[in-house]
Amino acid sequence: MSEPTLYELSVPGRCGTNLPECDVSKVPLPDALVRDCNGLPSLSQQQVVRHYVRLSQHNYGVDSGFYPLGSCTMKYNPKISEAGARLDGFAEAHPLQPEHTVQGSLSVMFQMQEMLKQIGGFAAVSLQPAAGAHGELSGLLMIRAYFKDKGEPERCHILVPDTAHGTNPASSIMAGFDVVELPTDDKGNISLAALKAACSDKVAALMLTNPNTLGLFEQQIEDVIACVHDCGGLVYGDGANMNALTGIIRPGELGVDVMHFNLHKTFGAPHGGGGPGSGPVGAGELLRSYLPGPVVIHAPGSESRDETYSTAMPDSSIGRMAAHFGNFGVILRSFAYILLHAAEGLKDNAHHAVLNANYLKARLAEDYPVPFDRICMHEFVCQGRPENTYARAFDISKRLMDFGFHPPTNYFPLIVPEALMIEPPESEGPETLDRFVEAMRAIAEEARTSPEKLTNAPVTLPIGRLDEVKAARHPVLTDPATLSRR
Amino acid sequence: MTFIPHTQQERDEMLAAIGCAHIEELFADIPSSIRCSRLELPDRLSEPELAQTLKELADRNQVPAPEKSFLGGGCYRHYIPATVDFVLQRAEFYTSYTPYQPELSQGMLQAMFEYQTMICQLTGMEVANASHYDGATSLAEACLLALGLNERTKIALAPGVNPRYRDVVETYLAGHHARIVTDSSWSCDLADLVDDDTAALVVQTPNFFGQFEDLDDLAENVHAAGALLIVVTDPISLGLFRPPGEYGADIAVLDGQSLGLPVSFGGPHLGIFATRTSLVRRMAGRVVGQTADAAGRRGYVLTLATREQHIRRERATSNICTNAALSALAASVYLATLGAQGLTTVARLCHAKAHYAAGQLAQLDGCVINRHAPDKPFFKEFALSLPKSVAVVNRKLLDDYGIIGGYDLSAEGKGFDNTMLVSITELHSRAAINQLVSAVRDICA
Repeated sequence: MSEPTLYELSVPGRCGTNLPECDVSKVPLPDALVRDCNGLPSLSQQQVVRHYVRLSQHNYGVDSGFYPLGSCTMKYNPKISEAGARLDGFAEAHPLQPEHTVQGSLSVMFQMQEMLKQIGGFAAVSLQPAAGAHGELSGLLMIRAYFKDKGEPERCHILVPDTAHGTNPASSIMAGFDVVELPTDDKGNISLAALKAACSDKVAALMLTNPNTLGLFEQQIEDVIACVHDCGGLVYGDGANMNALTGIIRPGELGVDVMHFNLHKTFGAPHGGGGPGSGPVGAGELLRSYLPGPVVIHAPGSESRDETYSTAMPDSSIGRMAAHFGNFGVILRSFAYILLHAAEGLKDNAHHAVLNANYLKARLAEDYPVPFDRICMHEFVCQGRPENTYARAFDISKRLMDFGFHPPTNYFPLIVPEALMIEPPESEGPETLDRFVEAMRAIAEEARTSPEKLTNAPVTLPIGRLDEVKAARHPVLTDPATLSRR
Repeated sequence: MTFIPHTQQERDEMLAAIGCAHIEELFADIPSSIRCSRLELPDRLSEPELAQTLKELADRNQVPAPEKSFLGGGCYRHYIPATVDFVLQRAEFYTSYTPYQPELSQGMLQAMFEYQTMICQLTGMEVANASHYDGATSLAEACLLALGLNERTKIALAPGVNPRYRDVVETYLAGHHARIVTDSSWSCDLADLVDDDTAALVVQTPNFFGQFEDLDDLAENVHAAGALLIVVTDPISLGLFRPPGEYGADIAVLDGQSLGLPVSFGGPHLGIFATRTSLVRRMAGRVVGQTADAAGRRGYVLTLATREQHIRRERATSNICTNAALSALAASVYLATLGAQGLTTVARLCHAKAHYAAGQLAQLDGCVINRHAPDKPFFKEFALSLPKSVAVVNRKLLDDYGIIGGYDLSAEGKGFDNTMLVSITELHSRAAINQLVSAVRDICA
């Protein structure tokens, strides 16, 4: 493809916009503080637009085609949500405005808190965290503060299943805990024996992803939760896979003490090329007062103003996790998504996501072995190594690009060799899944007859397989063209 | 309305392929005893009903034109060129995810590489990551990096650091054996905050009150004590003023909202993080690097992933996964559109107009500019002390003039009673500033 960089396109003296003339008298600048040159490139507006249009043509999103990236729930992002977030009343509201002037935004947040409480079965929700991992850190800091207040600061273990997202152990360390890994049993559940052995008065919490990253419902969930509670520990729910269970179970009712939602997964907000997301945290009675804040509360009107919503810090709050109220723009998109779906629609999503995943699994299982083969939920993990081949999940993924698909998640969870983690969200119809099956079967056949087609892939894109080792060994993290042009 | 395309016939055919009679059978692993009853959510809205509902909610916010609002304090209503939202609406960008598969994600990867490059140029630093959630969390990550370098237990915060950033750092430090030290007196020598147990000194310039801190020789003193210098700054100011790199900063932290993002009630914004090459392997967050394919064609990949949670799990430098990539894209388009000259112009306009406003307000009876530190130069914000309470003045400004006044600083400690933080951008015309001045004159008379 070789689209030149902004710095290669730059011609000193150009500017992509017209700015107003200065209509006040000039004041002298504090000379000692002024820099020589700010180092930015200089382009015409048309150059800028063409550059980014061409770059967008070299990118693949959900709106380009099937994106079965496991654990990421790459579902359709409704366009009405985009329009809603761009309404001036929302986009131009400043977070430090007096509360009575932002009742619309506070109303959205309050309603969203209430809806997430209902969906998750929680006593309270904070919308502050900006992503799933940020929600995890919030929840773990809440658990830490709870045990400190309870006089049990020695509870320093977080139990993390070996199938867990990498964010779980990383968040545990950031919150100052130690990680104890739990193995998976032969049915794909947490090993109950290992859990029992790990439960002690050192345990602060178990981090539970359900369905887990194998796409399997934790069959002994009631025993697992009871086991942790019996030793005095708490249960953290990783809500990344909530799309499979919305309207079917409410984690809070099962005994999950605190959980994050991924609004950009379950509730249709776009993923933005890697973010921004939103990771609200819900808590049961035990932990609700520790939620990060501020949260929105319903308050009676004061004086002549009909003020209805206000903000407050929960009583024992861990504090702020972000400068303001969280990613309001993302929250608004998911608010719109929930209003479009309502209770039946969300449950239908769960049903059809699970239907899609089981359909794909059934049709692919002949060529791609599925360890832990039982009914799956919204995703499943198969081995990217068809029988009698030496194929690798990595090569199959690269070859899928030549067939016009985004690859599944590779090499995760870590306990499945050559893992391909496939998640076909409810917005994909059977004709798309069938085309994907055809491609996967064709690739399996190639793996048997002409494996070089896999190892050479991709061959139909503007660029071939990129050398990631070189990138890491000799990091080039900024454009060398800055040295010669500005 | 939902976005499920399946017809009844398609559902039946899929179930037959699975070997099931009904979707319900696929949920057999979930005992009926733990199933929930029907969710109590609002009734389903049609798309036009939703559009109307959202519009009514948006209309319940009072949002005056940018030149009738003087609120800043870390979030600013600068002009956003139309190119920015044009690019953000390219669905190939906004409906993609983290570019784990580089060959299919070259557009976003090159855009992030260019973002890193422009941030390094702008801040005078050597490497930048591909974003954090916001400026406050970016600062918290910087503090954790510093604490991870040695066994030290203190983070020193200069008095002018945004109080919300201080709050977030405090939250993040709860899991670490570390504490924040600060000094609220304006006369303190910043270097005095650092001792042999200090991991880093955090200085914000222009600070929360809009004023430049004196950073000459500061890095030398901080480094001599074995600590890092973390500088929080305003990206618009860097169009014109010296960057953290020129002062010897080890880490530069910024909130990038000013660069093409609406204030959006506080988020999503953009956490900018830039540092020295020597610290890159301890840095949190995604990083894009340049490489090539087998034919030697230039391309871009996520790199140095051995720092990250999906590879290193409990040994990762941070838990960050989802970041603020689309916000970084907005900042890139903003910077590319304005270019070297444009950003300098915006910074100059902000500076000149803020000084005009301060000059006019200073002539009013009982009004004082930057009473707490009158000699420090300022950029686009200043503290205005009034003869009346800010709450009273602001209420009248809004009710009688349709103006949103400055942020009430009276909660920021002694010396700031009856004081507001007035924020000016290039969008405030002389006439709009004059209107504010005459309104304040009338209200305080």
